[in-house]
Amino acid sequence: MRLSCPLCGPRDRREFYYYGSDDYLNRPHSDPQADASSGGWSDAWEDYLHLRDNPAGRLRDLWYHEGGCGAWLAVTRDTSTHQVFDVALVVDLKGKAGS
Amino acid sequence: MVSLIAKHALSGQAPLALQDLHFQIEDLGPITSIAPFNGQESALNAVLEAGHGLRFPVPNTSTQQAVAKLLWSGRGQAFLVGVAPDARLAAHAAVTDQSDGWVTLGLEGARAEAVLARLVAVDLRLTACPVGASLRAQVQHIPALIHRAAPQVFHIMVMRSFGQSAWHEVSEAMRGVAAR
Ligand SMILES: [Zn+2]
Repeated sequence: MRLSCPLCGPRDRREFYYYGSDDYLNRPHSDPQADASSGGWSDAWEDYLHLRDNPAGRLRDLWYHEGGCGAWLAVTRDTSTHQVFDVALVVDLKGKAGS
Repeated sequence: MVSLIAKHALSGQAPLALQDLHFQIEDLGPITSIAPFNGQESALNAVLEAGHGLRFPVPNTSTQQAVAKLLWSGRGQAFLVGVAPDARLAAHAAVTDQSDGWVTLGLEGARAEAVLARLVAVDLRLTACPVGASLRAQVQHIPALIHRAAPQVFHIMVMRSFGQSAWHEVSEAMRGVAAR
């Protein structure tokens, strides 16, 4: 498997550290007032920490180019065909959560 | 005040010459990482031009003015080598002295590409990696910055603590190539 880093170009999968689902880009907002009554816990945090889709197909997850440029990458790929559709810099997704 | 004596991570390491291949420690002078602050890229370039005659390099490349070089070293970062940084850079970028943190190994020879092909999973032939190229890759599993300084000269920069291991890996690959 190869990933095409937007900065470094096509590189072997072993240069990349796998982090997990891109759900990690959508961290729930903290609301100090609500947290005071709920102890900081909410369904949103439950989802964020524990609930993941497990598709046989297209998904987007996060990889770190530790053997290269040190960028965090959002990789869209297919778990059943191993096709890689897109590799984007996470820094470019800022402010576009859920995109 | 106590005056500390700088000691190279590979002090005492003699150069290695095998047939046309030559391998040695390089002294690039000061090494400073330059990481532009958000939105400061053009202001930084103006200061780089004025102070060093350099522009911030695009990924996988470098810029050069006499002995001063700016080597792309990762996302949003380049290494200024050969000269001390202009003080005005600090207004537009994180400027950090890295001089003692890195070791630079110089590999020269017509078969330098063949040596590195045994260690680096990136195409380093001249067509894919022209003179001036500066890229991040692994030498075996050692994180490195690889800079093509001339058609037959590579500079391999690794973190100081990997100096001995990198020397070992490259010199072993040299022996393998020389034995063919
Ligand atoms: Zn990269």
